[in-house]
Amino acid sequence: MLQANALAAERGGQQLFSDISFQLEAGALLHVSGNNGSGKTTLLRMLSGLTLPAEGEIVWQDQSIESNRDDFNKDLLYIGHRHGMHSDLSAIENLALSCRQVSHRAVIFSALEEVGLGHDCDKPLRLLSQGQQRRVALARLLLEPSKLWVLDEPLAALDVAAVEWFSQQLIQHLENDGMAIITTHQEARFISHVSINVVLS
Amino acid sequence: MATNVTLFSAWRRVLKRELILAYRQRNDIITPLIFFIIVISLFPLGVGPEPEMLRTIAPGVIWVAALLATLLSLSRLFSNELHDGTLEQLLLSPQPASVLVSAKIFSHWLTTGLPLVFISPLLAISLDMPFNAVIYTTLTLLLGTPILSLIGAVGAALTLGLRGGGVLLALLILPLYIPVLILATGAIIATSNAFPADAQLSLLGAYLIVAAIFAPWISSYSLRISLD
Repeated sequence: MLQANALAAERGGQQLFSDISFQLEAGALLHVSGNNGSGKTTLLRMLSGLTLPAEGEIVWQDQSIESNRDDFNKDLLYIGHRHGMHSDLSAIENLALSCRQVSHRAVIFSALEEVGLGHDCDKPLRLLSQGQQRRVALARLLLEPSKLWVLDEPLAALDVAAVEWFSQQLIQHLENDGMAIITTHQEARFISHVSINVVLS
Repeated sequence: MATNVTLFSAWRRVLKRELILAYRQRNDIITPLIFFIIVISLFPLGVGPEPEMLRTIAPGVIWVAALLATLLSLSRLFSNELHDGTLEQLLLSPQPASVLVSAKIFSHWLTTGLPLVFISPLLAISLDMPFNAVIYTTLTLLLGTPILSLIGAVGAALTLGLRGGGVLLALLILPLYIPVLILATGAIIATSNAFPADAQLSLLGAYLIVAAIFAPWISSYSLRISLD
């Protein structure tokens, strides 16, 4: 269970948001919405432990994530605005040299095939389009079983088929008692599964 | 399907990734080495070709060039990773970030410091250093360049993403490089005058051990602050 207690964030001396509290149970999906600049990315980075809250506390399985970082990181899969992939490495190399999982090359290849990158899996990532790079990042959803997904605009640059694929994965993850926190401006099938809505203003 | 990565295997994965990246970006990697060679070969042109003079200034010239060459390479240490988001992923790894950062630092030394060590005997001979001093130049570089990478990583992590970070990095790091410079050149000068250089080498070794223990830890902490 992920619990946020009265979170507040500041940027440049100005308060972005304050008093954000929620409890995310197994199988629940949290959707963060708000205008540009309202602090969605900041909140997501905070929930993954990258940014320290100005006030408040984040608790994962009854322990503060600050004091228990390595254990929390085991359960966390964070995909941010930036893909988190080296652009001079190929998709296969990026996934095979990850510090989060040991997978056989064939498993990685089939994951890439599933996201539609079977052909381009040996090309350096910088030669692929934005949408393809995003797909490589999302292939991690298949390779790294994690309880908590924190996904910042995962649908950016994706085409319709990929959005549908992603919705399927997300719904399946929730059915397996996974949790997810997500921001998106796009319409997708998983929106009907949202159990908590956090609106930043 | 997927199993966890042990600490040592994660360390090796980061190192392997860094070395592949270094190979793919080899133009960037070779810059400090070229800089090192050019700076040292400019001195005979500037101060004149008298062997006596060159022999006197050689230890200082080689070591100052090594400091500046390392400094030149440091801004690249984390900046690409910052922009593509892999640094975030490094900090979110299930393994302690300091261990993974130490693999990055080790790879930085392998690709920046070690080439300087290999080329140094040639440059030392070109400055007419006596045989003993050539050996000690290489030896002090072998002991000293890892210190430069380790301490440099702390500075690079602290100045990451700042505007004008390059100048700040130099101001922050060069004072910490001064002990290395003094001890290393001291050792070379002592041997060329037929004095023992054990004291300087031991101190250099001690500095290396202290840096190896603390620098990865401080760097990873600084990275967290820089990414906040």
